[in-house]
Amino acid sequence: MISKAEILILTPEIFMLTMASMILIVDTFSQDPLRKVTYYLTQLTLVLTAVLVFRFWPEQTVYAFGNSFISDGMSVVLKIGVFVIGLFVFLYSHEYLKEHGWLKGEYFVLGLFAILGMMILISAYSLLTVYLGLELLSLSLYAMIAMHRESTAASEAAMKFFVLGAIASGMLLYGMSMIYGVTGSLELATIATNIESDADNPLLVFGLVFILVGIAFKLGAVPFHMWVPDVYQGSPTCVTLFIASAPKLAAFAMAMRLLVDGLQPLVDDWQGMLIILAVLSMAIGNIVAISQTNIKRMLAYSTIAHVGFLLLGLLSGTPSGYAGSMFYIITYALMSMGAFGMVILLGRKGFEADELAHFKGLSERSPWFAFIMLILMFSMAGVPPFLGFWGKWFVLKEVVDAGFVWLAATAVFFSIIGAYYYIRVIKLMYFDKADSMTAIKASKQMRFALSVNGLALLILGLMPGGLLAICVSVLSMSA
Amino acid sequence: MFAELPILSLLIWGPVVGGIWVLYAGDRQEETVKTLALIISVVIFLLSTLLYKDFNINTHEMQFVEFAYWIETFNINYHLGVDGIAMPLIILTTFMTVLVILAAWEVIEKRISQYLAAFLIMEGLMNGVFSSMDAMLFYVFWEAMLIPMFLIIGIWGGPRRVYATIKFFLYTFLGSVFMLVAFLYLYSQSGTFNIAELQLLPLGLDAQKLIFIAFLLAFAVKIPMWPVHTWLPDAHVEAPTGGSVILAAILLKLGGYGFLRFSLPITPDASMYFDTMMIVLSLIAIAYIGFVALVQQDMKKLIAYSSISHMGFVTLGFFVGFSIYAATGSTEGGVFALEGSMIQMISHGFISGALFFCVGVMYDRVHSREIKDYGGVVNTMPHFAAFMMLFALANSGLPGTSGFVGEFVVILSSYQASFWIAFLAASTLVLGAAYTLWMYKRVIFGDVANDKIAELKDINQRETFILSALAIAVLFFGLYPAPLFDAMHPTLEHLFEQILQTKTYL
Repeated sequence: MISKAEILILTPEIFMLTMASMILIVDTFSQDPLRKVTYYLTQLTLVLTAVLVFRFWPEQTVYAFGNSFISDGMSVVLKIGVFVIGLFVFLYSHEYLKEHGWLKGEYFVLGLFAILGMMILISAYSLLTVYLGLELLSLSLYAMIAMHRESTAASEAAMKFFVLGAIASGMLLYGMSMIYGVTGSLELATIATNIESDADNPLLVFGLVFILVGIAFKLGAVPFHMWVPDVYQGSPTCVTLFIASAPKLAAFAMAMRLLVDGLQPLVDDWQGMLIILAVLSMAIGNIVAISQTNIKRMLAYSTIAHVGFLLLGLLSGTPSGYAGSMFYIITYALMSMGAFGMVILLGRKGFEADELAHFKGLSERSPWFAFIMLILMFSMAGVPPFLGFWGKWFVLKEVVDAGFVWLAATAVFFSIIGAYYYIRVIKLMYFDKADSMTAIKASKQMRFALSVNGLALLILGLMPGGLLAICVSVLSMSA
Repeated sequence: MFAELPILSLLIWGPVVGGIWVLYAGDRQEETVKTLALIISVVIFLLSTLLYKDFNINTHEMQFVEFAYWIETFNINYHLGVDGIAMPLIILTTFMTVLVILAAWEVIEKRISQYLAAFLIMEGLMNGVFSSMDAMLFYVFWEAMLIPMFLIIGIWGGPRRVYATIKFFLYTFLGSVFMLVAFLYLYSQSGTFNIAELQLLPLGLDAQKLIFIAFLLAFAVKIPMWPVHTWLPDAHVEAPTGGSVILAAILLKLGGYGFLRFSLPITPDASMYFDTMMIVLSLIAIAYIGFVALVQQDMKKLIAYSSISHMGFVTLGFFVGFSIYAATGSTEGGVFALEGSMIQMISHGFISGALFFCVGVMYDRVHSREIKDYGGVVNTMPHFAAFMMLFALANSGLPGTSGFVGEFVVILSSYQASFWIAFLAASTLVLGAAYTLWMYKRVIFGDVANDKIAELKDINQRETFILSALAIAVLFFGLYPAPLFDAMHPTLEHLFEQILQTKTYL
């Protein structure tokens, strides 16, 4: 019997679902080519859901629907992170779709469903809800990529993403079935207790490997990264922007729920696997990024390298290490959002500013946005005083605390290689002459949002204490 | 009177805010922007002299201490303070910044406000490095400083500026990130980033060795020591005059400062273990790089190599103390060597800065740095030739100039350790004189080489002012170095006693 209290816990998700369905209907009747109503309703939904999530912040961890849904500090912080990122992403996307002339209401509706999928994934506490959230998210993303039908690159990207994503989901399900077979439960908490009593069963590690493959695919860790560059480059920039930001938070939550909440007793097994994934991701991501000429593709490889760093926090196996990863993924999402926002800002009708060469001489065309891009690039490279530095700092600290000093040294070594391609963008903007002095054509909202986005990295970099404290406190609470 | 004033914070944030103000003012009214930047830098310099005025020379304790919580979760604090090592370096920074801004007056043609702002912001960050008492605060300033320097070389530099600035950035970044790992390791052992507490932290020898090497990567690249010096000649040659001056006068000193603040006191046993290696590397820098300087065709490159050679004295003075103590059993020799190194750092700041200004003055008129394009400059620029004579002699270590004091003290004290160390170090007196004076002869004396030289105008009032200020500093500290010795003595004495204590009582 579902109690009223359980419904209350799910209020934000229910509200989001209702609003998304309503917006779909409203959009069908909308005649406005700019889809203003759809756009503003979408943004309003995000704000209201954020308020609801904040309003229902539980004092202690609460469960619903027979322990298959959880609401704790981590879920609240990650969800609010998703909403804040969503607000910016929809703003940038609206601008992009307007400019490129294929504005469709479905983009926002699919976006909201994807965000609903993220919310479910973040709060999932049984294998089934994890899968439910993941598929809702993934299916929305496939459709979003394929939305621009005339573009063959986008269709190819959607196809590739779909086929590989389906294989990964299959792997994940297979691993889940193994774990279910051994432990006899779908609930993560029960799985954790049952594993303890049957820890030597080889099927457990067998299942773990498949689950890890699924997680690594969704995060884009080497050697399951092949889809990332093609999808990032092939998708319309507004969709790349979407894929590269908020879903990473959800993927992190999925890794946390499955590995930490469910399979914590197998930590010795997954720690070793994560070390391999992390080192390979940092190496391949950073080295291959150097040879890219397309900025979307370069950022895709940089994502892979960032995922390597993210795994460093997870593999340290302590609550404070998980907090490090959580902080890292939030800072990463902010930076990635800003970087793709810049690509959108420089583009105009019939022209995508997605080659590195398009950034040439930006400091003469627009000193202010060159400065914002400078912040974004130095932040991604991990140079203080920007926020990205603290993300790297936190996970490195956790790795050193866990006794893997050599791993920290390897990580910083690859981040030097990474610094090269980030400062190359700055070189193009500041040291090279512009090919054309075309003025930047973007609305006031876009300029304002992107400036806020960039300056946030500087201000949070100077004052990272609050965000660090939140990440540490929500994870020490749940552990 | 100003005891309650947060001087160090003002010295850090004053220039940074001033720089943003200058940026905001923009390029439209050039004169206003330049005057504004000059006023800010002069005010900051005057403010920094208060540090000297109110400095208590009888203690090694940190003074002008400021403390505020920054990131409480991890015990990272905004903790500032200066001692006898940091105080002179901060005043050197503020002094050189005034001159660099003056030097930009008619020379920088594009994006003047950004140029001036970059130097002001860098001044603030450098002051931050010298006054940080918290390792993470130190690291943030240390790395952040790369950004303005990267842009200065890359935007206003010479033809190969992009290569030079990326090399500069990656080299220094490479060194510093390993220092970060060392800090994190120290934090995992002690739970604090407070430098004073880290200096007292007991550590096993193996751990100390690894930490020492991590620190060495950071500081050896910065100072720079042979064989990781190759970024410096490139960066110097391509940088605009102001950039070269700050690079030579202040940035190199950060490496030396790092050795004194981190390597020696945090890993004393490893420093002792590696002291022979450090001495050998220093001697190679002094002697071998001296020969390299001799064959340079480019004036800036020659001065850059001469900088590396002179910084060899600094590292020699830092690490020769252990052998002196072993040979004499008294701490006096080691303290004296440390003092010599510090004086050498300050003096090299003035002299190399002045020489880069001199090259800048000629480059602005002739647009060449090649020695062969010059000759007979004295005929058209007699005043300039006189100034450059003084700095060339100071660079070769003439008694009466500040260049003599530091080198002499280091050679004198290393004699107590070993005759051969002193002998090889003293080779610089010959080599330094050879490469500096030979360059001087080819550039300044002789017949007028070409039409360009014949049309040269002598230095104007602004340039005269800059060179006079530096000349006064060089002569003052050459004739009367006592104020520097007095200010540094208690700190360095304490430091040397500290590094003789073993920390391996685990």
